[in-house]
Amino acid sequence: MSASHALRILSVGPGTTLQDAGRHGYLRYGVTAAGPMDPLAHATANLAVGNAPGATAIEVSLGGVELTAEARPLTVAVAGGDFAITLDGRPLPSAVLLILEPGAVLKIRAGQSGSWCYLAIAGHLAVPQVLGSNATHTRTGFGGVDGRALAAGDVLRVEPSHLSAPSFGVIAAPWLDRPLGVIRVVLGPQDDYFSDDQITAFLAGPWILSNKADRMAYFLEGPQLTHIRGYNIVSDGIAMGAVQVPGNGQPIVLMADRQSTGGYPKIATVIGPDLGRLAQARPGTTFRFAAISIADAVEARRNEAAVLARGPVVEPLVRTQFSSEFLLGLNLIDGVVSSTEQAIASYP
Amino acid sequence: MMLQTGSEAGTAPAVPRFLDAGEAALVVEFGDTVDPALNDRVLALDAALRDNPPAGAQEFVPTYRSLMIHYDPLQIDRDVLVATVRDVLATSAAWAAKPTNWIIPCCYDPALGEDIDEAAHLLDITRDELVAQHVAATFRVYMYGFVPGYIYLGGLPKPLAISRRLSPRPPHPAGAVLIGGGLCGVSTFAMPTGWYVIGRTPERLYAAERADAFMVQAGDIMHFEAIDTTTFTALERRSASGEIIARKMSA
Repeated sequence: MSASHALRILSVGPGTTLQDAGRHGYLRYGVTAAGPMDPLAHATANLAVGNAPGATAIEVSLGGVELTAEARPLTVAVAGGDFAITLDGRPLPSAVLLILEPGAVLKIRAGQSGSWCYLAIAGHLAVPQVLGSNATHTRTGFGGVDGRALAAGDVLRVEPSHLSAPSFGVIAAPWLDRPLGVIRVVLGPQDDYFSDDQITAFLAGPWILSNKADRMAYFLEGPQLTHIRGYNIVSDGIAMGAVQVPGNGQPIVLMADRQSTGGYPKIATVIGPDLGRLAQARPGTTFRFAAISIADAVEARRNEAAVLARGPVVEPLVRTQFSSEFLLGLNLIDGVVSSTEQAIASYP
Repeated sequence: MMLQTGSEAGTAPAVPRFLDAGEAALVVEFGDTVDPALNDRVLALDAALRDNPPAGAQEFVPTYRSLMIHYDPLQIDRDVLVATVRDVLATSAAWAAKPTNWIIPCCYDPALGEDIDEAAHLLDITRDELVAQHVAATFRVYMYGFVPGYIYLGGLPKPLAISRRLSPRPPHPAGAVLIGGGLCGVSTFAMPTGWYVIGRTPERLYAAERADAFMVQAGDIMHFEAIDTTTFTALERRSASGEIIARKMSA
């Protein structure tokens, strides 16, 4: 490893963390998996830089991040929500592969839509693992950088990999362009704590995502649900996507940082393939749930796996989108750039 | 809610219910009470499945009264998993785990058990009576939950059964020994709680650097041993260096 490969965090909002595919195997000891809020976007960014889909990447929150490479260039990819990305002040597409030259500043800020995006670095982020994983769980201080969110001044060492993919391009991953729409659930495991009327009300909604939303849970506002057998159960396990209904009748969807067990009845569970779409929704958004069978949920999972197996396509940037000065600044030495393109450029 | 322990042992159905927690987790539910016999069946199934895990099964999470099986539905069909679990259940009693019997040091001095006098007052007993009953009790580790390494212990004597607070108290330190809701708990992380901190153990039930990061298994038996603050300080130093200071007793 060359110690000179490193990424420096120049500034960062709250809630940006390192995440790999999650810390698996320790739920029986109360250890939450953590891992990405939008696993599909996380895998897409990793695949675009040639990493394994579950490699450690930076999960960027709405607070955004500003970073630079130290000493040596790094190949990075950004994918996820429609975030606003600039390189040295020049706007880039929201899903993009690029070489980050030393001193160049990459800024990722909240954009048009989406709540999370992922920055993957070709190679391996050299941070110490906790119980076999780099996934950050800030509530218990597990994983990532000292178990906390990233902070300005953090320097992440990178063991680089050599990339054969294009060095600069748009990541074509149409599966990441998904409005909230209907969120599919499998009813249960405690749907028998609710009358048929209440199940109907749950599915009719509509539900509004409240402002209370973090990596642990998304709180919903809508029709007040009532229980037929009280709202306390003897604690049992909680799967990611479980929809708990506490005493106030307003559901809570449990996300990546959820606790491993809990004592409220769970009316339904969001299917795996719809979790990332829900995670990307912003507070105030309205949506409905739809109940589907296990077989249909597995089919949706199979489709998602097929998408990832094909992987994202990285397309060279259309030359007319960018000025020659900008493209030359990116070390794109192939191709001929017409001087008239300078006039098209509208970058600061 | 005040959990009832052992009161409904005879009502648990012979055949568990299979409940779906989405398309990637199956709940095998043996009952809906806190009961040692019920928990035994959960732990026997857990042990049997861990001994010979079905392809596609990823994690087993035992709780008081159910076992959650996380699985990859692209590797194993839900109905095949249910059929496999049914087969295992027919013989799983043979896997009944051999629990370890632990003696855990605990300092009940109000300097470390900061809620002990409040709890004793609410229970209408003296602090010494509370300590005497707590150290005399035989606890069972029902499950881990909530945060890493947090164990839920059954076996709290009835005179020590105390409701949860109406609202949580500020975070307690790691190692807190707590009572609430008719149960006892030992924490490994500082966190807010609705329970009452009656003491602190210098033992680290979770230590990342140890080969067995988590020391205790669900099903283990636990007794507490009263120590003074001087002993606490000395044991805490040894514990911090990686030593396990709790003692094992032959069952």
